[in-house]
Parts: sequence; C-alpha cells; structure tokens
Amino acid sequence: MTAFRAQRGRLAAGGAALAGIGLLLGGAFLGLAWEAAASWEGALAAFDGYLLRVTRFTLWQAGLSTILSVGPAILVARALARHPRFWGREFILQLFAVPLALPAIVAALGVLALYGRSGYFAPLFAATSGDMWPGIYGLSGILIAHVFFNLPLATRLCLASLETIPADQWRLSAQLGMGAFASFRFIEWPVLRASLPGIAGLVFMLCATSFTIVLTLGGGPGATTLEVAIYQALRFDFDPARAIALTLVQVALTGTIVLALARLGASTMGDASLPVASRRALFPGAGEKVLNTTLILLALLFVAGPMLATVVAGLAADLVRLAGERPVHQATLTSFILASLAAVLCLMVSGALIMTRRALELARGARIPGFLERMSDSGAAMVLIVPPIVIGAGWFILLLHFGDVFAFAPAMVVAVNAVMAMPFAVRVIRPAYDAASARHEKLCLALGISGWNRFRLVDWPALRRPAAVGFAFAMALSLGDLGVIALFGSDDVRTLPYLLLQRMGSYRTADAAGIALFLAILCLGLMFIAGRLGKSRT
Amino acid sequence: MTESNKAGAGVKLEGLLFSYPGGAEMHFDLSISASDRVALMGPSGSGKSTLLNLIAGFELPSAGRVMIDGRDVTGSPPHHRPVSMIFQENNLFAHLTVGQNVGLGRSPSLRLSAQDRAAVTDALARTGLGGKEKRLPNELSGGERQRVALARVLVRERPVLLLDEPFASLGPALRDEMLDLIAGLSDEQAMTILMATHDPGDAERLSGTLVFVEEGRIADFGRTQAFLSGWESPAFNSYLGARTGSR
Repeated sequence: MTAFRAQRGRLAAGGAALAGIGLLLGGAFLGLAWEAAASWEGALAAFDGYLLRVTRFTLWQAGLSTILSVGPAILVARALARHPRFWGREFILQLFAVPLALPAIVAALGVLALYGRSGYFAPLFAATSGDMWPGIYGLSGILIAHVFFNLPLATRLCLASLETIPADQWRLSAQLGMGAFASFRFIEWPVLRASLPGIAGLVFMLCATSFTIVLTLGGGPGATTLEVAIYQALRFDFDPARAIALTLVQVALTGTIVLALARLGASTMGDASLPVASRRALFPGAGEKVLNTTLILLALLFVAGPMLATVVAGLAADLVRLAGERPVHQATLTSFILASLAAVLCLMVSGALIMTRRALELARGARIPGFLERMSDSGAAMVLIVPPIVIGAGWFILLLHFGDVFAFAPAMVVAVNAVMAMPFAVRVIRPAYDAASARHEKLCLALGISGWNRFRLVDWPALRRPAAVGFAFAMALSLGDLGVIALFGSDDVRTLPYLLLQRMGSYRTADAAGIALFLAILCLGLMFIAGRLGKSRT
Repeated sequence: MTESNKAGAGVKLEGLLFSYPGGAEMHFDLSISASDRVALMGPSGSGKSTLLNLIAGFELPSAGRVMIDGRDVTGSPPHHRPVSMIFQENNLFAHLTVGQNVGLGRSPSLRLSAQDRAAVTDALARTGLGGKEKRLPNELSGGERQRVALARVLVRERPVLLLDEPFASLGPALRDEMLDLIAGLSDEQAMTILMATHDPGDAERLSGTLVFVEEGRIADFGRTQAFLSGWESPAFNSYLGARTGSR
C-alpha cells in the first residue's frame, strides 16, 4: 500500500483536528457530567415550571419568527423572480445579503434605534396611539429582529429555487397566457414546495438558537430562551445545576432540528448562490406590477431601516471621544487578536479535515466510506448540534474547578469561534482542494512529491485564494460574535461586542451606537473582501 | 380565444433589429407564405432560436415589425399571438398529468369544459397517446413527452407552429416518426411551420423551404431540395461540410 503510506501525513493531520474538536466538545460534556454527578438532585429539581416555560417560549418565538419570515419571503421572492430586470434589483439582492454578515448585536441595536422607546419612530408611534410608546422589548422586539435577519435570507433562498425553473417553462406560461395566479400554481409553487421545508427548517433552527437577539431585546422571565437562560443561570444566579438541565434540553432540541434538516436534505448554512437572472419572457399585468412593486418596496424599507438607523445613530455618537477611549482601543485590539487566531485555527482544522477526507477517499477507491472519512466529512456539520453557549457553559462549569474561570476567556473564545466558523470554511476550501487533488494526485505520486513539499509546491497555490476567503469569513464571524465572550468576558478581557453589551447595559446608548457602527463596518468590510476574493477566483 | 384558422397564416419579418446585451446586432428580413413548412438551419449561435423567440414574442425587437397573417403583432404578448412553440425539452410540467399538460393549451387555469376535455382526449389519441392521460411526464419516454407537447399544439389550434430543435435528443428512427406525425397532423390545420434544426435529414423530411441563418441574418433562402443537392449555396455547403467533418 504505497499509496496509503503517502497519505500518512494527511491522515495524521485529520486525526489531530478531529481529536481537537473532540477535546473541545468532550471537555464541555465532562464539565456538565461532573457537575451533574455532584449535584444531580439539583439538576433534577431544575426540571420545573420555569424550564417548561423557557422551552415553550423558545419554540413559540422560533415558530412565529419562521412564519413571519418565510411567508412574506415567498411573496417577495416571487415578485423578484417575476421581474428579472429592473433598476436597483441587483442592489436589493446585495442588500438582502447584508443581515447575514451583520453581527447580531449590531442588528439588535439598529432595531432598537428605530423602534425602541426613544427610537426614531417613537414620536410617530406615540402620536398615532396618543400614548407613550413603550418600545419593543420582549416578544415583539425579538420577532422584528429575527424577521430582519431571516426575511432577506429566506427571500434569497426562495429566489434561488425559483431561478432553477427552466427558461422554457416561463416561455410556455407566457405563450399559454397564464396569469399571476395560474403561473404561481403551475410553475412557481411546485418548485417552492420542494425547497420550503428546508428553508423553514433552517430559519427555525437559527431562531431557536438565537442568543444575542434574545439577550438584548428579550429578557425577563416572560421572554427568555434556553440559551439565554443558560447564560443567566451561570452568570447571574450562579446555579450550575439549573444550567445543566437547560443545556440538556437545548442539545436535545437542536439535535432534533439538525437531524430533521439532514433528513430533508436541507443546507444548514443558509447560503444562496444567485445566478444572474436569465433572460426570461415574463409579461405581468398592470395589477400584478403594482402589487409586486409594493411588496418589494415594503421588504426593502423593512430591511434597510435598521441598517440606516445604525448608521445615523452611530454618526450621532461622540465618535471622536470614543476613538480616544482606552477601553475602545483595548477591545479593538483584543477583538482583532482573538478573531485572527480563531480564523487561523479554523483554517488549520478545516484544511486538515479536508485533506484527510480526500486522502481516505482516494485510498478506499470504490469501497464504502469508513468511519474516519465520514467523521471528517460530516464532522464539520456535527458542531452545529452543540451551540457555542452550550460548549461555553460546559467548560465554564469544568473550569470552575481550576481557579479563575475568566482567565481562560481568550482560549475559549478562539477555540469555540474557530470551530463554529469551520463549516463555512470547509465549504469554501473543499471544492478547490478536491479539484486540485483530482488534477495533481497521480503526478505527485509519480514524481514522489509528498508531505510539506507537496503542500508548499502543489496544494497551496491552488488553495491560497479560497483560504483567504475562508480566513476573512471566519474572522468576520468571530469579530461580531457575542456568545462565549458573554459568558467568559470580564473587564480584563473585553471584545468589541462585549464592550457594546456593557455600554448598553449601563444605558450609554450613544456610545453603544458608535461602537456598533464601527463593528458593523469592520465585519462588512471583511465580508466584502471575502466576497471579492471569492468572485475573482473563477 | 381559440380562433380556428384552417387557411394557415403567413409570417413576415420586416427590418427586424435585435441584440442581446453586449452582443452584435441581428437583422432579420423574411417572408414565409401561409402553410409553408420551413427549416431554419445554421451554425450554433447564428440566431435560429432568437428568430423563433422573436416570432413567438419571448424577445422584443428594437426596431422593425413582426406580421402574422397580415396582422402586426410586434407589441403583442406571446399568448395573444397565433403561434404555438415546442422546445427541445421542458415542454411539460413534471407535476401535472399528461391530460392536464395538454389541457393547459385550452385554459391556462385548467378550467376545462366538456368540449375541451373531448378535444384533449382526441388530440392524445391522434398523437398515439390514447389511454396515457393520467400518466405523469416522468413515466413517459422522451419521444412520448414530445408527443404530449404536440397534442397540446393540436388543441390550441394556432395557425403557426415553431419548433426549436425539438427532436435533438431522440434517436434517428424516432425522429423520422415524429416528423411524419407532425407533417400529417399539421396538414389537417394547414399550419405554417418553422423548425430550427441541425440535421439536413430532418429538413429534407419535413420542409419545402430552407432558410440559412448565419451571424444574425438570413444568409440564404430557397427550396430545401435545391440546398441539399449542393447547387444552391456555397456557404451552406461549407456549413454542412464542417458538420460532417466534425463528426
């Protein structure tokens, strides 16, 4: 098996990567199990009415968010599909990709700046109701923020599936004289019906595990989800036993959703690659044109509103003073260091898994994939079952036994963010690596190029660009994340999102708005670079 | 809606200008007499499909007029034109039965009268699909699917039939069978036919007239027999020669 010997380096790399992921997840579960063994009575007692209420609210808000996002998204996507060419269409689609790249805490702040008690719309609402506008904290705030994130996402996904309708079928419908309703019934709905379960499932999953939005806009026993309850149990009530009960329910819940999504064959990443709209023969009537225009405009206003509010509120802040503040400098530096390290780690782990999977695939020939190959294949997706907060909670409880928990913050943030960005990095890098491998594998064997030389001379040149895309993407995700840092953050280790949360907590709203704008520009800038690099690859 | 026109309809393109974004301008001038059967031949990308799409109304010209049966239809939407079209594939909706797919030719919302239903059954019988009304398209062979499309053309009763390489994915024996079927059935309604094809055999079997399209214009026009005998057009000969050479 000389071929197998040549693969040894790649196999070792993958084994190490899987071991690392296993350690991260295992440590978290060890912490939970340890505490559960020590205080199992407390954990059992935590399965009470409160847990039930929190679970019910988690599902309730996720269900409502899904309906409110996906329902309108179908109409908006249809409107966009029925009008493949109009001025600004490209811009709207670009804009609809922005919420995906926007840190959740920035979006939450944007929503508050618009609809909050002292938001830009408050005078208007107060005038129409004749009463003080109470703001949108609680369920309404959570729903608005979730729809802000997921309406554009679902629209893009629905549109992507509508784009798969062959041009001939649009022509046929035009020739047969189908009106808006007939064409929806015979052409659009059959395609949408096939992809809707996947889209709705993804949105439900994102809303059921949403942490930052619920933390900032919800709160109180009436509007708390499992993830936020875990955070509160550890940070405020210091009740690890309750955290364990909550964590178990959370893992069971997300596990069920991820499995259901896998059964549906749905993407768990929510990315729509929209081809340039084909030349489509469409002749919508005047009434439909008005309706579609209204729908698109409403969606545009809803999505652009919080973004504009973020910009306006951010610019109104005392930016000069903020730029001179030491905590801001420190948080920026900390954020950059941690995000860069997380992105590097993410690339290393992803690269190792990709190479291992390919090496195993080559070694087995036509036989059935073995355990290790399947792990290196779907291992990346597995991490989605365990939300960052759960990993964080497990380690938090474990590390309580080893001194100052908050001292471990940097390591935790880097490790968890790296693993969370992994599915995205794998998807960017793997096609390029597999394609390069298919071209070069035999030549490398023939010339005896292997190991580091092979990586340096053969693989890296093909991977440079996708790796840069993955790096920028992972870094942006990590920069904007407020998950693990919410648990482990302290005045000693603060990232920008954590600083933002602190300023919000102490009602320094203007400061928070300024930092939010800064953070948004950083993340969108990185995403923009990633998009540019990704596009010019071909 | 279903105006029956047993006299056929002439098709006339007058100074038609059209270009895709970033593409060269195409220019079509063409006159086809009623009930003629015309083969459109020419290299890939020469504009055969575009020409058909302009007649059907899927593309709109920047200048010039499309006249069908003496009527100016340049600005009419596709379903107001007296035209049916069969594509190479995707002629059927995969989730609708054969009967429903044909029925769409009578009512785009599938509200069918008893008379419509009878017409559908009759058209299916005449295309050799009797008894397959309840089947779904994926239960049919490629040839049968194109027969369903043809049955829909019959119930629509439009005087002009456009075919865009409709049998490119069928084997030779099946193609000949389909071409004969089209020739026979279109005779009953005296349809005018324009068929884009790459195969001189198809042209010979179906058409009386041949239009040679090259680089976005009508390069030549004449009797199919004369073209295929090799005496008519050197450019056409080199197109055929290049084809046989590349096989």
